[in-house]
Amino acid sequence: MTSIRFFIPRDAAAIAVGADGVAAALAKAAQAAGRNIEIVRTGSRGMMWLEPLLEVESHGVRHGFGPLEPDDIPGLVAAGLLDGHSIGLATHRKSVGPVEQISFFARQTRLTFTRCGVIDPLSLDDYRAHGGYVGLEQALALGGAGIVDVVAKSGLRGRGGAGFPTGIKWKTVHETTADQKYIVCNADEGDSATFADRMIMEGDPFLLIEGMTIAGIAVGATKGYIYVRSEYPHAIATLKEAIQLARKAGLLGANVAASKQAFDLEVRTGAGAYVCGEETALLDSLEGKRGIVRAKPPLPAHKGLFGRPTVINNVLSLAAVPFILSEGAKVYADLGMGRSRGTMPIQLAGNIKHGGLFETAFGMTLGELVDDVGGGTFSGRPVKAVQVGGPLGAYFPRALFDTPFDYEAFTAKGGLVGHGGITVFDDTADMAKQARFAFEFCAIESCGKCTPCRIGSTRGVETIDKIMAGDGAEDHLALVTDLCNTMKFGSLCALGGFTPYPVMSALTHFPDDFRRAKRLPQAAE
Amino acid sequence: MPETTAEETARAIAAERGNRPDELLEILHDVQSALGYVPEAVVPALAQALNLSRAEVHGVVTFYHDFRAKPAGRHVLKLCRAEACQSMGCETLVERAESRLGIACGETSADGRVTLEPIYCLGLCATAPSAMMDGRIVGRLTPERLDALLKEAGA
Ligand SMILES: Cc1cc2nc3c(=O)[nH]c(=O)nc-3n(C[C@H](O)[C@H](O)[C@H](O)COP(=O)(O)O)c2cc1C
Ligand code: SF4
Ligand code: FES
Ligand code: FES
Repeated sequence: MTSIRFFIPRDAAAIAVGADGVAAALAKAAQAAGRNIEIVRTGSRGMMWLEPLLEVESHGVRHGFGPLEPDDIPGLVAAGLLDGHSIGLATHRKSVGPVEQISFFARQTRLTFTRCGVIDPLSLDDYRAHGGYVGLEQALALGGAGIVDVVAKSGLRGRGGAGFPTGIKWKTVHETTADQKYIVCNADEGDSATFADRMIMEGDPFLLIEGMTIAGIAVGATKGYIYVRSEYPHAIATLKEAIQLARKAGLLGANVAASKQAFDLEVRTGAGAYVCGEETALLDSLEGKRGIVRAKPPLPAHKGLFGRPTVINNVLSLAAVPFILSEGAKVYADLGMGRSRGTMPIQLAGNIKHGGLFETAFGMTLGELVDDVGGGTFSGRPVKAVQVGGPLGAYFPRALFDTPFDYEAFTAKGGLVGHGGITVFDDTADMAKQARFAFEFCAIESCGKCTPCRIGSTRGVETIDKIMAGDGAEDHLALVTDLCNTMKFGSLCALGGFTPYPVMSALTHFPDDFRRAKRLPQAAE
Repeated sequence: MPETTAEETARAIAAERGNRPDELLEILHDVQSALGYVPEAVVPALAQALNLSRAEVHGVVTFYHDFRAKPAGRHVLKLCRAEACQSMGCETLVERAESRLGIACGETSADGRVTLEPIYCLGLCATAPSAMMDGRIVGRLTPERLDALLKEAGA
């Protein structure tokens, strides 16, 4: 009899809520019963409210149980867990049924996340068995110009926040001649509410490696760096291991997949500076310097890392490429709306019932995402506001829930899609406090180059403190608006330039929160 | 002589990384994990080893939030204070930790056992609020779980 296969994530979010303990309890129970089982540590399916989620395979279908605690294991074993799936198990109170039939999962279009949560992230065999490295094969057959053409035709835009067409960026580097070019992966993922990059690095690292290798072949770069924030120790460890394995298998190195192309990768660790997610600050940081934003031009595509032409892309942009190469530009471009083509891995976070990773074609409305997919708030109270696009993104009230998830539609409503994070707040949120935090975060993280960003943000905090203390609200509100204008137009990068989005959207959509009577000192923090 | 030791450690770490100036952040991470912080005394040693000015090295050490100028407490508890964790009440937890330890966030308890620090997102935003204690990540933090962490740290 072949041993039964169990799956438990090794994703940091699952580990943070006890996945390791569940895995240990299962292994112990099997040993006590003298049963030989296999426990595969996967990435996460992205249904975070179910983590730790245990899956057991039966007749090719994976049945789930979650959220589990180690103490649930004896009961599950008594119900027949070690004998494979059964009626007794299906009626267990922690049973969630066949995992891929859960509506949150079933209604997605998982192109980038197709393997995440399914395979052993560090098994190249698993990766290949699920379509891995087909894109690279295509890429090698097409050559540089051919790859650039396919990526351009797919309509892929940068998933790091700015939405710049990836094909155009690659074309520029492809056409620039130099003795050395670089591929840099931006895995700084500093935005609150975002974790899609982390999930890929932990759950399907070969996908990122393959995407970067294809980028290298496309533009003629032989060396790549992945800059990962230090807050992601699990991702860093998994990536380093995956790179070793890819090297051993000849998929990185002097002759990638037995071709004449050379490409190799290194992982670098950030050091807790949000601004280092900005591409030019990131490049300086990679060179071992302070992460100060550089003025553009020159573009990184012309003068990037160590002064050489450099493609710098977000994890998700690079991870979308293998699919585009293997399935063709059209399949990708046929999805989406307007100028937002393909799929977006959206991250539902904060005070939400069903939080997690939801990959879908562009075009779903914010309301569908928050209410239908996310199930509303975790607290069960009404949704007051959602922040879309991280700390530099706008707060949306319910009145704007008909906005479709699309770059241009969000811009038109004074917001941004950013890296696709959505934070839900219930009606206990105080939007004046949220506006204050936006200024405060900017003050903490400013690289210090521009006065409006460095000084304006601190003035903003002080002014909102006065508003919250209930003195002279109208004058101070006018001052906040002025400050925001100065920051918007006088800042070099989006840290200073976009901090006005959360501030002004809070002010515009939730004016009452700024005009309350004098507050108690504690309430004003 | 502790200063000499710190400098020697820093030099050895830099040499292990080929004395490459572009590896300065990695070197500083290694120094901090060996010594618990980045003492001012290692700055000249690293500057010399990497062929950088002292001002350059000092600038890097002070720019990044990760590098500490002083040793931390025996345990470091980082509480996430970014938006997704705010929406799940992290500020109440920060206040609770502050009052239990009798310190403000960013400080070390008088007995030197615990340093309490803010962190801005651990990428665990769908299982918020989040924390990290001595490198171990914790999701769905509750007042009870926070108390257990503090107890574990001996506070
Ligand atoms: C303050 C600031 C922080 C940023 N943080 C990130 C980040 O963490 N990850 C990322 O991919 N892009 C980030 N960006 C955007 C990058 O500057 C850049 O647009 C991106 O890396 C380009 O890759 P893409 O075209 O694939 O999106 C940030 C920008 C700013 C201004
Ligand atoms: S806006 Fe702020 S973070 Fe951006 S370059 Fe200016 S000072 Fe630096
Ligand atoms: S990281 Fe930019 S000033 Fe602290
Ligand atoms: S906001 Fe706290 S973990 Fe992301």
